[in-house]
Amino acid sequence: MRHIISILIENESGALSRVAGLFSARGYNIESLTVAPTEDPSLSRMTLVTRGSDEIVEQITKQLNKLVDVVKLIDLTEGPHIEREMMLIKLRTAGDAREELKRLVDIFRGHIIDVTTGTYTVELTGTGDKLDAFIQAVGSAAILETVRSGVSGIARGEKSLHL
Amino acid sequence: MELTGAEILVRCLKDEGVEYVFGYPGGAVLFIYDALYQQDDVKHILVRHEQGATHAADGYARSTGKPGVVLVTSGPGATNAITGIATAYMDSIPMVIITGQVHTWAIGSDAFQEVDSVGITRPCVKHNFLVKDIKDLATTIKKAFYLATTGRPGPVVVDVPKDVTMHRAEYSYPEEVAIRSYHPVMKGHPGQIKKAVDLMLSAKRPMIYTGGGVIWSGASSSLTEMTRMLGYPITNTLMGLGAYPATDKQSLGMLGMHGTYEANMAMHHCDVLIAIGARFDDRVVGKVEYFCPEAEIVHVDIDPSSISKSVKVDVPIVGDVDHVVKEMIRLLKEDKRTPDHAALAQWWDQINEWRAVNCLKYDRNSSLIKPQFVLETLYNVTQGDAFVTSDVGQHQMWAAQFYKFDKPNRWINSGGLGTMGFGLPAAMGVQLAHPDATVACVTGEASIQMCIQELSTCRQYGLPIKVINLNNRYMGMVRQWQEFFYEGRYAMSYMEALPDFVKLAESYGHVGIKIEKPADVEPALREAMKLKDRLVFMDFITDQTENVYPMIAQGKGHHEMHLSPERELA
Ligand SMILES: Cc1cc2nc3c(=O)[nH]c(=O)nc-3n(C[C@H](O)[C@H](O)[C@H](O)COP(=O)(O)OP(=O)(O)OC[C@H]3O[C@@H](n4cnc5c(N)ncnc54)[C@H](O)[C@@H]3O)c2cc1C
Ligand SMILES: Cc1ncc(C[n+]2csc(CCOP(=O)(O)OP(=O)(O)O)c2C)c(N)n1
Ligand SMILES: [Mg+2]
Repeated sequence: MRHIISILIENESGALSRVAGLFSARGYNIESLTVAPTEDPSLSRMTLVTRGSDEIVEQITKQLNKLVDVVKLIDLTEGPHIEREMMLIKLRTAGDAREELKRLVDIFRGHIIDVTTGTYTVELTGTGDKLDAFIQAVGSAAILETVRSGVSGIARGEKSLHL
Repeated sequence: MELTGAEILVRCLKDEGVEYVFGYPGGAVLFIYDALYQQDDVKHILVRHEQGATHAADGYARSTGKPGVVLVTSGPGATNAITGIATAYMDSIPMVIITGQVHTWAIGSDAFQEVDSVGITRPCVKHNFLVKDIKDLATTIKKAFYLATTGRPGPVVVDVPKDVTMHRAEYSYPEEVAIRSYHPVMKGHPGQIKKAVDLMLSAKRPMIYTGGGVIWSGASSSLTEMTRMLGYPITNTLMGLGAYPATDKQSLGMLGMHGTYEANMAMHHCDVLIAIGARFDDRVVGKVEYFCPEAEIVHVDIDPSSISKSVKVDVPIVGDVDHVVKEMIRLLKEDKRTPDHAALAQWWDQINEWRAVNCLKYDRNSSLIKPQFVLETLYNVTQGDAFVTSDVGQHQMWAAQFYKFDKPNRWINSGGLGTMGFGLPAAMGVQLAHPDATVACVTGEASIQMCIQELSTCRQYGLPIKVINLNNRYMGMVRQWQEFFYEGRYAMSYMEALPDFVKLAESYGHVGIKIEKPADVEPALREAMKLKDRLVFMDFITDQTENVYPMIAQGKGHHEMHLSPERELA
């Protein structure tokens, strides 16, 4: 099962490597990991996407909680939640394809944020699936470069992860 | 008053009540050594290798329950300490390790004797710190002791750059620290404890399985009280020996790979397993699918990540052993129900049948010195009251089997990492903490050579350790596996070119005795014990081919034990 684990962690230099080190040392898989400071500059918010059986994910959350730098943790996939990922993608726009790509961007509610005669740079936000679908739709021949932020997530409703 | 960072550090240690620092100097820690030199409160023990410092601090900690403290220089000082830090980490031992570091402005420049100590130690510490500003020094040291000694104990490294020890700041040692992300749970959940007690009282074939957590919790007496109240059989892990008196009739001895037949069979057949402060290690569990097939399991542990890690349990209780067991005792006293005495009597009949197999039997008529005989005699001669440290190998298992520990904190060995070289330096820490006690180091001719240099430290500080070298001229534990699983191809397990241990001991200024006949074993031990203020190195030339039994091969279940070949069960 795929899990999205959200972590509030001390905003300190070694903190990220403690998390990354834990995953490699224990052989857990990380699909994506994002981290940035929060409104409280002493804390960072980290979102980790991982896969594993219930037992493994239980161990992962326990081991993460055990890290002294981890202040709070929730597994977003245990409840209703929203996940988003942002992608910047540079597309080759030769000839007729240019109009077609513009239409695709609109359908996926993306934005063209930079243009040259031969390229579009597109910004697209959504679930990972939506970004995958867009990549499929444009086809690999058109893609010059992609960069994805990795997943960030938040619980729906009143529930929130804060101190 | 303003002090230098080095002075602050030493004052912190003093205010923390530190008696001994085990260490080795070098460029990055010279200010600290200078500060140590100018005071008498904190005593420094100079080892001969930084690994020795870590094991000595570890032995001090295991025998006192107090944190062990280490001081080493940057670079090679820190890397030499890693083995000892990892050893402490695997066995959850409270230690604070101060490593020198290059100047803050030089960090990251591949400076002389620079290593990323925080990076290198990260996977084998409970936590670590790099102190970049002298203003954080005292609080960081306080946090290090707090983290090392609370919750599930463990080693904490504090990396201190040289300029931080040189700068000046006001000193005040915080009375307390709070870490917002760290709140070890002490009290168990009342509902879970109640459930556990219900299950315990419903048992027909109960079994109590306890480990190192009981020792760290200081819960021996409450555990003993509860076990006696219930009348249930109890087994201890290698790390838990002594938490329940081994000579008591309810004790089935150690369980696991080299545990007793009765302990492992009782594990296999029990219907309720009460696991307390033990972590279901693979040397204990064997093959998970065969583990306690009929049992419902209660597990008390202070570390949630120990629970249901390898074996799924039915009633998890996160909390400190002493708190939880005392609460269990309270509930048991209030309860009108009692254990099922009839079922229990039947269970004990069965256990006594297993006991009658006498699984630790060995050949007492041999003309060669049997290692088991040496340990049995050591037990008799010291009346079971010695502190015993050990190295790693067959001798370690025999010591665990044949020295009956009735008290906690007396059996000191590396279980989780299995670090050869641990025994002698650990004994130094124990002896310093207990100057009047008998401290025996049980070792093998291979293990002892891994930290033999510490004989010099023993000489310098007059530590009258009794070294019991079970010299089988083999890395016996390796040879045993090669005999069983590699068709007797003894690759690299024969110990060639051994030194003359008697002369070696003498050259370090100690007493050496070589013992070659069974009849000389007891007199030699008695003689050695009489030399109260001398280290005595006893080189016992033992039977080369002796194996450790019983044994459960890796990947087998508790019911698939091998006894010694003559008495193999069908
Ligand atoms: C050659 C060799 C052979 C071995 N053979 C065996 C064998 O036959 N049998 C055997 O048992 N071992 C054997 N071992 C040792 C084995 O590898 C493990 O080290 C050992 O079994 C672990 O013991 P433990 O479960 O008591 O855990 P420990 O490592 O002592 O861990 C203690 C547990 O208690 C918890 N704890 C700590 N403090 C508290 C507290 N205050 N309250 C509650 N919980 C707490 C911790 O979180 C942890 O889960 C062998 C080792 C070697 C080197
Ligand atoms: C540092 C280290 N290296 C290797 C091992 C693997 N090992 C385990 S037991 C053993 C042999 C120990 O021999 P000895 O000290 O003579 O003890 P014996 O088994 O003969 O009693 C070895 C090499 C280890 N545990 N630690
Ligand atoms: Mg040997």
